[in-house]
Amino acid sequence: MKRAVLTLAIAAAPLLSQATEFDVEIHNPTRGLYFTPLLVAAHPEDVSLFETGNAASSELQAMAEGGNLTGLVNLLNAAGATIDENPAAGLLAPGQSATATLNTNNAVANTRLTVVAMLLPTNDGFLALSGLDIPTEPGTYTYHLNAYDAGTEANDEVRGSGEPGQPGIPVPPPLDPILGSNGTGVENSAEGYVHIHRGNLGDTTPDGGASDIVSTLHRWLNPVATVTVTVK
Amino acid sequence: MFTRKHILMLPTLAILTAGCDSDNGALLGTAQEVQYQVTITNLTAGQPLSPAAIVVHRNGWRAFALGETASVALEKLAESGDNSDFISAAGADLDVVATSSGHDVIAPGASEQIVASGRASSTSGLQLSWASMPVNTNDGLAAINGIDIGGLAVGQSATHLAISYDAGTEANTESADTVPGPAASGLAEGFNPVRNDVRNAVYIHPGVVTQADGLSTSTLGESHRWDNPIARIVIQRLQ
Repeated sequence: MKRAVLTLAIAAAPLLSQATEFDVEIHNPTRGLYFTPLLVAAHPEDVSLFETGNAASSELQAMAEGGNLTGLVNLLNAAGATIDENPAAGLLAPGQSATATLNTNNAVANTRLTVVAMLLPTNDGFLALSGLDIPTEPGTYTYHLNAYDAGTEANDEVRGSGEPGQPGIPVPPPLDPILGSNGTGVENSAEGYVHIHRGNLGDTTPDGGASDIVSTLHRWLNPVATVTVTVK
Repeated sequence: MFTRKHILMLPTLAILTAGCDSDNGALLGTAQEVQYQVTITNLTAGQPLSPAAIVVHRNGWRAFALGETASVALEKLAESGDNSDFISAAGADLDVVATSSGHDVIAPGASEQIVASGRASSTSGLQLSWASMPVNTNDGLAAINGIDIGGLAVGQSATHLAISYDAGTEANTESADTVPGPAASGLAEGFNPVRNDVRNAVYIHPGVVTQADGLSTSTLGESHRWDNPIARIVIQRLQ
């Protein structure tokens, strides 16, 4: 009986009026973290950019260590995804919001929503909404996002590179005058798998100390982002 | 204030209904008592929660919005734990159906039950908000912000896990002269109208650094840290 009902629902799905256009508003509610350019994508159910507990792909690593979206965008395009890349036109500062508009009118298989961006200052931290089943009823839906660690780079918490495989934290202009310098390093090995980020340690020593991250500005408690989906 | 406004409005509505038998009159006639019991459990190790402020409202009223400036009444609650201005300001709003204050501080691990009652023509679209201050902070808030309760039938209940916010109104020095809770001197000033946080807007609280973790100005110890969720809220519709 149950199976019959399910089959009917699937058969009828393309005929039903689906939510084909929706807004995705991303808010940065943190005290002092910046989001690198956001990747917002509607995609088929069988696509996912990462699995917690598993090693990150090189494409995810490039996003998490340096904010580079090229690899993930190529993967999603190959899967026929509907993409809005970089709706904030650059970094999304703490307290700010950006809105992506997606239209899946010609791509009815794109029923799942994924949002990712790197968190700065972190070594390989990122925010993620992974494969949300997009609501079809018109309305406004709010989601809380957690911070993940890609597990690809040691959380040394010192200034460095955004290139995959290179140590340290990339430092774009807004963070340059805020971060400390000459930290000796907090941690020297990567974890090897994607997991919930343990947060920044930081310190209160601008010159020296273990970390270049500022403990009074750059720590967080989850959620690290809010996403509001408005189905029209 | 809220009550007086309604008394003033009643004669006008009565005249209208007598004259034209409008739908408004029918709606007013069906307004009935609604009552919600809110059970708050403090999930922290070392953050007593200030007396709760409960507001039952429609979506025309909001306690706060992320990224937007806190009202002075909310600032006072978040900096000193005094909820009186916040509750009276809410009570004066026509989109607010009921307000209620907790009797006391909710200690770590403890719970309190608070009942909020009011009159509404329909429960459709009703929301509930709660705010308390984790008192060993500068301007922290433990809150739920406009949870939908319109679907609750009488006797039904729903559980929510609350997170902590920062009012964005006071610098997070964690110092003995600015933290009003028992972790500090007890002589802290509490509310101060100066707004000197990293930005004048509500955000999600990053937690406290504490002296144990290297913030020399902090009067707080490691046990004053917490994680989200900060509290559990059970809302039961009684009437």
